[in-house]
Amino acid sequence: MEKIEARDVNFYYGAFHALKGISMDIPQNQVVAFIGPSGCGKSTFLRLFNRMNDLIPGTRLEGQILIDGQDIYGADVHVDELRKNVGMVFQRPNPFPKSIFDNVAYGLRVNGIKDKAYIRERVEESLRGAALWDEVKDKLNESAFALSGGQQQRLCIARAMAVSPSVLLMDEPASALDPISTAKVEELISELRSQVTIVIVTHNMQQAARVSDRTAFFYMGEMVEYDDTKTIFTNPHKEATQNYITGRFG
Amino acid sequence: MKRFLEKAVKWLLTASGFVTSLVILLIIGFLFTEGAGLFREKVIEEGYVLAVHKDNPVKELTAAEIKAVFDEDITRWSELGGPDMEIVTFRLEDADEYFTEEELGAQYEYAAGKIDSLIAATPGMIAFIPESMVEEGAQLNLIEDNAISPAEVLGGSEWFPTATPAPLFGMWPLLAGTLWVSFFAILFALPFGISIAVYMAEVAPERVRNILKPVIELLNGIPSVVYGFFGLIIIVPLLQQVFGLPVGESGLAGSIVLAIMALPTIVTVAEDAMRNCPRALREASLALGASKWQTVSKVVIPSSMSGIASGVVLGIGRAIGETMAVLMVTGNAAVIPHSILEPLRTIPATIAAELGEAPAGGAHYQSLFLLGVILFFITFFINLCVEYISHRNKAKNQ
Amino acid sequence: MNSPVYPTGYHLRKRRSQAAAFTVFRVLSYFIVLVLFAILGFIIYKGAGVLSWDFLTKAPEDGMTAGGIFPAIVGTLLLMLGSAVVAFPIGIMSGIYMNEYASKGWVVRFIRLMTNNLSGVPSIVFGLFGMALFVKYLGFGDSILAGSLTLGLLSLPLIIRTTEEALKDIPAGIREGSLALGATKLQTIWKVVLPMGMPRIITGLILSLGRVSGETAPILFTCAAYFFPQLPASIFDQCMALPYHLYVISTSGTDIEAQQPIAYGTALVLIIIVLIINLLAGGLRKYFEKRLKIK
Repeated sequence: MEKIEARDVNFYYGAFHALKGISMDIPQNQVVAFIGPSGCGKSTFLRLFNRMNDLIPGTRLEGQILIDGQDIYGADVHVDELRKNVGMVFQRPNPFPKSIFDNVAYGLRVNGIKDKAYIRERVEESLRGAALWDEVKDKLNESAFALSGGQQQRLCIARAMAVSPSVLLMDEPASALDPISTAKVEELISELRSQVTIVIVTHNMQQAARVSDRTAFFYMGEMVEYDDTKTIFTNPHKEATQNYITGRFG
Repeated sequence: MKRFLEKAVKWLLTASGFVTSLVILLIIGFLFTEGAGLFREKVIEEGYVLAVHKDNPVKELTAAEIKAVFDEDITRWSELGGPDMEIVTFRLEDADEYFTEEELGAQYEYAAGKIDSLIAATPGMIAFIPESMVEEGAQLNLIEDNAISPAEVLGGSEWFPTATPAPLFGMWPLLAGTLWVSFFAILFALPFGISIAVYMAEVAPERVRNILKPVIELLNGIPSVVYGFFGLIIIVPLLQQVFGLPVGESGLAGSIVLAIMALPTIVTVAEDAMRNCPRALREASLALGASKWQTVSKVVIPSSMSGIASGVVLGIGRAIGETMAVLMVTGNAAVIPHSILEPLRTIPATIAAELGEAPAGGAHYQSLFLLGVILFFITFFINLCVEYISHRNKAKNQ
Repeated sequence: MNSPVYPTGYHLRKRRSQAAAFTVFRVLSYFIVLVLFAILGFIIYKGAGVLSWDFLTKAPEDGMTAGGIFPAIVGTLLLMLGSAVVAFPIGIMSGIYMNEYASKGWVVRFIRLMTNNLSGVPSIVFGLFGMALFVKYLGFGDSILAGSLTLGLLSLPLIIRTTEEALKDIPAGIREGSLALGATKLQTIWKVVLPMGMPRIITGLILSLGRVSGETAPILFTCAAYFFPQLPASIFDQCMALPYHLYVISTSGTDIEAQQPIAYGTALVLIIIVLIINLLAGGLRKYFEKRLKIK
């Protein structure tokens, strides 16, 4: 079953044509990686799935994006409902200047959950899910800024997972982390795939090869190739893909 | 030659760099020298004495007691620790009630002896007379003339700088008036200021913001006398009508005018702080399904709290130091206010209103400089607070 | 992990509370704009009828119940000029020192603290200080000189801050480029840094003039004359000034009825000065921003 379907998507920043005629299907509970050189449009495309690009003035979208068969840009869609269902983890860890507990509880609270016992239970579950519980269980009321960069990023994953989205978007989630933290995040990604469909943008081809089931290669606003990760990395059909993964440019 | 020029310019620039520090030092120095002089002045007007009967056991009186005696608020010596008899006050002008013109002489040449014997003959009398009129061997006691005490000035509740025989420099009503007016001004300005800041930073489309921003700047640029004039012409009569007051000049009028004047400071600083809130935080909140308002109220405002606080504190500073507008609309009554609808008087307004009439170097003049010192330190303290808040914030954001 | 049960329709409640909150902000903001326009409109409406060539070019007559405000206009312009002479060079030099010469660290922090503190000092305190130092101690008496010095010191912090900020935004690479060509530090500042920072420095200078033009408290005891119909002959003369004139006429006039129109006219002239200054500063900023972008 297809979780996300993009149909002939064109996207413009003012006059700049950033995404050109992209169509793709993303199956449920898989990990899909977007790779490509900087400025190729992969992050822009990712941010269309939770309508984050709505925040940038002067942008325009053509085509359709469906999640669970529903057009997420349709008139009857509430964007906050959509974002509750489509979580996001950003390039740099961006915890709120609040306690660790309040960070994870934030998404539940802003979506109307008031039951304190339930929130507590849920926070613990999410932190365990992000393999962070043992490290922070004694300092839940301390500021999230006291954590290391890698811990902060796992906290952000826990925060995103706490509202139990069905899709998780990750925009180069390990690019600001050291190798050990990166390994932990990657491990987390493979554990989370049973619960959510994950779309991850990455600069790091090894990372894409390690964590993803399918990989899409973007170049100059176009999706050059989209296939099983194994195929992309061992036997790409397009020359541009071949050049990129062998490191000849980019 | 070139090297010499480089050096000379460097020294010149360095010197200019420290001009503001020098000015601060000079301000402190000059204000202090003049202001501290007040405590070297005597309670009783210079050149005069207070004389009482030689059997009167009362040796010392505070300035407030002297005023009460001569205002006939205190009428019996027993209230001052003396014998139970009536107080008879005597000023030089009263001399013709007791003596004929001939007895005193055309040039008052016999007045001294007559008055001295009058005091000697009247056990309950207290006389306020020139020092020169106390003749040698006169049968009377002089009330001890102490220096003005800091406690009476800083804690005193009556400001009568031109009262005779002893002026009162109780600064409490002025301080209370200042704080009172500023407090209400901030109370009025705060909801508006924060709302406008939020609206400009978060809600308004770019086009509306481009109109609002210059409007706020203009509001900041209008001279305080123009606000005062507007307050006098519009707000004062309006308040008088709405609340049915005997006079419209009141603390409330001052607060309203000050609120309008403090607004631009609050708005500009608070808006800046909110716009500087990192985009990553907003996106994190929105990506969790929070609405824009939830993002603003739960993330943006708390994380820009110190910037907002700086704006508010700066606004308070501006309100406390504002002179002309307040002078024009508050009615200038130097009493401790019981209600915001009564006339009151602030420290800056007092200085502005009275310095012109106070003889240079006198106690009144010095007391106004002392008010200046107090005002300077209040605002100095406020600035240090702002500095501390924003410094702490910078450290936190790094 | 099973999915949490969200209250149904909560997004509608969120949306409603957002609409309510934003409406409050919008209404309060518009209300303030309305207040400003009420103040401006009222004074323009009442003052426009008074404004005439005679009003601007004649001295007050009949105990200030008739005639114009020419000496006050001239006085205010003289004070602006005087404060500019005092504050512009010192302020700009001080800003240059802080950004280009002072060692970053406690020296800059200390000077900045002092400058910020000075900008927070109430104008009436400047008045007291000016009276004690310039009028009495240095013996200038009530004079344009004493008033200009006092106002100049008052406008220093604003000039220093804008100069420092203007220079701070100039990339270090530009300085290094000039130094690498063998220019001395002074030449670099004079030929490269200052010209680049000039637009914003000038904006700051103009705004400081605006502040000076409206100040009353600092000149109350250092310069301002209640009534001085002839023009000042030297910097040791007193002069009239617009804000003080407005204060005098609206609070301690001899004939309120006859003087009110003059008060409106004076207030309008003051507002026009502020408007011109703000437009000039804003226009300049925009002009230079555009020029920089094209480059």
